[in-house]
Amino acid sequence: MSDVQRFLDRLAERNAQRGLEPTWIAARRQAGAARFEALGFPNRRVEAWKYTDVRAIATGDFTLARDAEFSPATAATLTLPLEAYRLTFVDGVFAPALSDLDDLPEGVALMPLSAALAENHEAVGGPLGRLTGVEFSPFAALNTAFMEEGAVVRLAPRTVVKKPIILQFLSRAGEQAVMSHPRILIEAGSRSEATVIEHHVGEAEAANFTNLVEEVFLERGAILTHYKLQEAPHQDLHVASIHVEQARDSRYTSFNLNLGGGLVRNDLVTELDGQGAEAHFNGLFYGQGRQHVDNHTLANHNAPRTFSNENYKGILDDRAHGVFNGKVVVKRDSQQIEGFQSNANLLLSDRAHIDAKPELEIYADDVKCSHGTTTGQLDEEAVYALRTRGIDEQTARGLLTLAFAGEVLEQVGLDVVAERVELAVAGKLPERFNLAGLVEAAVALSED
Amino acid sequence: MLEVKDLHVTVEGSEILKGLTLTINAGEVHAIMGPNGAGKSTLSAVIAGKDGYEVTQGTVTFEGQDVLEMEIEERARKGLLLGFQYPVEIPGVKNIYLLKAALNAKREAEGLGEIPAPEFMKLIKEKVAFMKMDTSFLQRAVNEGFSGGEKKRNEILQMLVLQPRLAMLDEIDSGLDIDAMKVVADGVNSLRAEDRAILLVTHYQRLLDYIVPDRVHVLVDGRIVKSGDAELARELEARGYDWVLEETAA
Repeated sequence: MSDVQRFLDRLAERNAQRGLEPTWIAARRQAGAARFEALGFPNRRVEAWKYTDVRAIATGDFTLARDAEFSPATAATLTLPLEAYRLTFVDGVFAPALSDLDDLPEGVALMPLSAALAENHEAVGGPLGRLTGVEFSPFAALNTAFMEEGAVVRLAPRTVVKKPIILQFLSRAGEQAVMSHPRILIEAGSRSEATVIEHHVGEAEAANFTNLVEEVFLERGAILTHYKLQEAPHQDLHVASIHVEQARDSRYTSFNLNLGGGLVRNDLVTELDGQGAEAHFNGLFYGQGRQHVDNHTLANHNAPRTFSNENYKGILDDRAHGVFNGKVVVKRDSQQIEGFQSNANLLLSDRAHIDAKPELEIYADDVKCSHGTTTGQLDEEAVYALRTRGIDEQTARGLLTLAFAGEVLEQVGLDVVAERVELAVAGKLPERFNLAGLVEAAVALSED
Repeated sequence: MLEVKDLHVTVEGSEILKGLTLTINAGEVHAIMGPNGAGKSTLSAVIAGKDGYEVTQGTVTFEGQDVLEMEIEERARKGLLLGFQYPVEIPGVKNIYLLKAALNAKREAEGLGEIPAPEFMKLIKEKVAFMKMDTSFLQRAVNEGFSGGEKKRNEILQMLVLQPRLAMLDEIDSGLDIDAMKVVADGVNSLRAEDRAILLVTHYQRLLDYIVPDRVHVLVDGRIVKSGDAELARELEARGYDWVLEETAA
């Protein structure tokens, strides 16, 4: 049986269990399946997949999870310790017991996709798939064929959400590997403001496949800070297609923080459709062991006076492989735009590898754009200098690695998130080097 | 305190130190002078543990312990500290991180706990003021964008915070104007104590007007060829190195 057929058989099994669905869903499901069947899994002869081999996904035998059972004690150790509204999914299945939707402020709708469909499927049908259709990639097509659960976030105009909204995806260890195809739909009304944290995490022994499609609509003046904290187990397979549409004066800030997963591919695309729209792509990826992390980003400047700034940093250890492909496209007549892009990579081992490719496509003349990429190792002179001050080698390397990540981490407004990333990239620094303590000391000094 | 016996050191196949012997006792300030290429910087680099220096013969002991067998950080924790001629820039690592991490490493080696934050801040502010530095230096990345003089002050600041048993200062006067030199010299002089020693490596006598040494050694071609008191430095300043070379040859 071909790889594609195995996935289609799983789809047929699942479809046979489904009740009656709105016709538009069934039609899109079919279109997704047809497209996936026609394309098959991407191979490395396709430019966009040149550096990422997806055979681990294609040859996998994944079933669909039937329940959302998860030990609350384990969940408590994995979850971000933040005061937040929270939707939790276990292997793609909504877990009400691990969610917290109490006291949602007026103007905020936060619910699982299944609930949103039950409530008013037509309201979902409009935006769903409008940005990321089945043409986007074979994975987006596959997701569309299987779509049934996920998260819907709607913010009414001028709604400012103080607490972050956490979308938590837990991956469970089990005898049978499972797959999930979550959809995230975020619609931010004009001048609304929120922070959404997408958190992928799970049991250490898990080896599941997550194929996410995410569509984000920012209306005029909306401000969204979007964290994607990827701490999935090291055998998990993770593909995410994130597509953002930005109206006039909207601001989208992404923190794409990749620490986990065995095979990770992120496609992050924004459409800067209105004047004054701004996109900030901040990324940090850390790979160890045989992790493979691929980040493809694209900023489409479709309107004049739009702004994009991208700063991605990669740290690769052991035999990890990183891919960075950042593209800025300025459409004809999109004048007075600014698009900046920078990517720096740190290789901590001789066998770590990075493929970095920044791209600019400019079809307008009055633009300010720059891009660049650098790759290097830790400065051994600096390691030595720190050691001559009594700092042990491991800590010296940790401090320097953190310093490299610092430019991105400094932008992270949520301390809980920043500290988790620090811990992951610098290793557990001995207590005496407690960085939190140092930060406090530095703050005390500046206030004095 | 420090005993260097018949030290031979090779760098990339060529012998730089050719049987150097030196004893430094607690409470003393020693200066090693000599023409360029004599091996002055090699001595302090070997004692600090820099890579690329092969000791082919001889010993270095610090309070009876074999220095050459110690890890770089262990040497520092025992109180052997080197002030660099060219301090390295460490982008992204704030000065205050370095100072706190280094001080706590030393305290741990001494069986003391982590320094309480208020105590640390008080100490740091006092030392920064002494070195006539602005507290904003603490928030800046180590040496990044510092002028030559600022880098040297920063080296002495680290010494004042870490209070070494033996401070080795490699060409600490190079690139300093006279005001900066005075500040640096004041810093070094404040380290003078009964239970501590200082080793100055310098090309010029000028520094020794401000930090008066107990002993002066002339290093030529990998060996100490003449030792004396502070008067010897003045003589070198007045007459150059040639007469020492002639005397040695004779």
